[in-house]
Amino acid sequence: MAEQPVKHYQVGTFVIGNRLLDPDQRSVQARMERSNTLTSGHRACRGCGEALGARYALDAAMRATGGSVIAANATGCLEVFSTPFPESSWQLPWIHSLFGNAPAVAAGMAAAMKAKGREEVRVVGQAGDGGTVDIGLACLSGMFERNDDVLFICYDNEGYMNTGVQRSGATPPAARTANTKPVGSEPGNAFGQGKSVPLIAMAHEIPYVATATVAELRDLEAKVERAMELRGARYIHAFVPCPLGWGSASEDTIKLARLAKETGLFPVFAAEGGEVTAVSKIRRRTPVVEYLRPQRRFAHLFRPEENREVIDRIQAGADRNIARFGLIDGEGSGDV
Amino acid sequence: MLEQLEGSQAIARTVAACRPEVISAYPISPQTHIVEGLSDLVRAGDLAPCEYLMVESEFGAMSACIGASAAGARAYTATASQGLLYMAEALYNASGLGLPIVMTLANRAIGAPINIWNDHSDAMSQRDSGWIQLYAETNQEAADLHVQAFRLAERISLPVMVCMDGFILTHAYEEVDVPSPERVDAYLPPFEPRQVLDPDEPVTIGAMVGPEAFTEVRYLMHAKQLEALDLIPSIAGEFESAFGRRSGGLVRGYRIEDAETVVIALGSVLGTIEEVVDELREQGVRIGALAIKCFRPWPSQEIRAALSDVGRVIVLEKAFAVGAGGIVGQNVRLALGGGARIHDVIGGLGGRPITRRSLRTLLEDVLADRLEPRLLHFLDLDHDVVERELERLRRGGRPGPHAENIVRELGIVAARPH
Ligand SMILES: Cc1ncc(C[n+]2csc(CCOP(=O)(O)OP(=O)(O)O)c2C)c(N)n1
Ligand code: SF4
Ligand SMILES: [Mg+2]
Repeated sequence: MAEQPVKHYQVGTFVIGNRLLDPDQRSVQARMERSNTLTSGHRACRGCGEALGARYALDAAMRATGGSVIAANATGCLEVFSTPFPESSWQLPWIHSLFGNAPAVAAGMAAAMKAKGREEVRVVGQAGDGGTVDIGLACLSGMFERNDDVLFICYDNEGYMNTGVQRSGATPPAARTANTKPVGSEPGNAFGQGKSVPLIAMAHEIPYVATATVAELRDLEAKVERAMELRGARYIHAFVPCPLGWGSASEDTIKLARLAKETGLFPVFAAEGGEVTAVSKIRRRTPVVEYLRPQRRFAHLFRPEENREVIDRIQAGADRNIARFGLIDGEGSGDV
Repeated sequence: MLEQLEGSQAIARTVAACRPEVISAYPISPQTHIVEGLSDLVRAGDLAPCEYLMVESEFGAMSACIGASAAGARAYTATASQGLLYMAEALYNASGLGLPIVMTLANRAIGAPINIWNDHSDAMSQRDSGWIQLYAETNQEAADLHVQAFRLAERISLPVMVCMDGFILTHAYEEVDVPSPERVDAYLPPFEPRQVLDPDEPVTIGAMVGPEAFTEVRYLMHAKQLEALDLIPSIAGEFESAFGRRSGGLVRGYRIEDAETVVIALGSVLGTIEEVVDELREQGVRIGALAIKCFRPWPSQEIRAALSDVGRVIVLEKAFAVGAGGIVGQNVRLALGGGARIHDVIGGLGGRPITRRSLRTLLEDVLADRLEPRLLHFLDLDHDVVERELERLRRGGRPGPHAENIVRELGIVAARPH
């Protein structure tokens, strides 16, 4: 009888337990020697996707480099909840300078390490979506274009959470934020042209670009590990739900991150040198309503009655991603 | 060894002699020749190890210096005018973090109207940014101040801005003895900060400080600047022993011993002022000049001491607080208290030359009590032009851009629609 490949498949989560894996395939978080770069005691909200993503990403970077990482952090939730002076949750060398300059600060750190002949010390820059796709974009593009030896990670919670949930360039259409309230003839955030910084990063043809979500943390870790194998400018865009800003239940953070991927709203892929090298396929196609409904930021799409027109437009955006990135076999070209 | 060379080249070579490990700069006139010169030196391998980052903006330039300095590298940048404003947020950040970055400021006006020529509006706009501000009178002094600046910055953990007049100094060819790397090595110890970003000792830098400690941090910044008032003269003194010439310090008097009238100024205009002082001295006028070499920290005591017997002070400055008055003048008043009669005179804005002739007329007016001390005086102001525009507004005229309104009042209008 031919050997059947083992399918690690748990209904609902698509995630397999660490116990089923070979020890060296297990998550960094499952190891005694994990570095706990963002250690306990910080002040993030319960269920904060950003805190989760940052811990997994940085611990993976630490493991990949033998603990030789220094980090630059933009202003934002991650910075504020982790460093109320004189306390700090960071167990790696860490600097916060400003909201819009983390990529440039990181570039300066990498330059310092090069000048000092300490290139074994690796630099990670990190920011929220606001610090990345909006106010930090010029510095980020400069860092990409120069191919500075920095891994930059964007924790995308789709809004300026730290200042009280205002819209950012990464806020999805129709979403309610503090300055895109569900009032007027077009409630919530406007349908704009969108701004995909992963694609902008790819246009710079930097060595590595990847997206990930906190629903698939092993995938996030693997992408950070891959990024640390390479030199030059690398970019990871991590999708991190924010219960406070989205009006979602704390326990739904992982579920929403998974639905963002399974609906096609957030394509998960990797690219090297400007070419897509891997796409995480959708396992079970899900209509966008399932993703939208549990979030109060979209409540106005369902009450007093369902706003089909807007929901259809959002669905059309997800379908376009599916075709464009080839998220489902046989649907669309997949040539990004 | 004295060489005939452009001011910018002298600065580039002096900065290189200070062995910066990271340079990060963005071009803007009149700073360009300095950073171009440094780029040449790095590319040719004459300045090594050093990483030169061609950033996308001045904000990026200062930010990269912040990252480099926090990681323990000696960091340098240069800018001017709009560039300084573009990095304003990062300037405050560098000083608040106590990072000893050194920057050349090739002083230039700030627009609108856009103007590339020299004045001090850029430096003065950042006078409260927590940076130490030194002003050079000559290219020799500008070069020497950079060597002193690194030493001062790293000694006191504050960033230092070396201000030199754009074009007037940066683009002037004159004799300079460029400090040699060997002598600089002997004078300037290596940069060894107490806390750096290093995996061997993970520290958090730049945490969020609340009301319970913010005042203490700001106080420390202030106290360190005040300590610089003692350090700057001693660093200049050691420089003199090592290099055999006087440069820098806090203030420098010129023929002030028995002076009844003293002209105060910053930067290269002192040369012209001294010539006029000499002319008036020949006619028996007891007049002198006082160069302010260090504007931040403000050397109050030294100024008071230098001017203790002076009845009349003219502060000639190349910037002013719009809607309020002179900036240096205000600081001088603070230093002198009630005593002297202080005339605030604004000149040299946007590159308008401060000539010997206008300076002489001005001083003669002051000496003959023809200048009202309570009013802000503008050297060589074209009264007709401004009066015409003011009159138009008083008549209820419509708003519009200042410069273009002047032209329109003269009957010159923009292109016709097509
Ligand atoms: C120059 C500047 N503008 C605005 C702010 C205010 N501000 C601080 S954090 C922030 C939003 C952060 O949003 P994001 O980067 O998405 O991070 P998040 O808090 O959502 O994780 C804003 C607007 C600032 N600190 N600096
Ligand atoms: S507001 Fe959102 S991003 Fe900020 S700490 Fe809370 S859950 Fe995290
Ligand atoms: Mg955000």
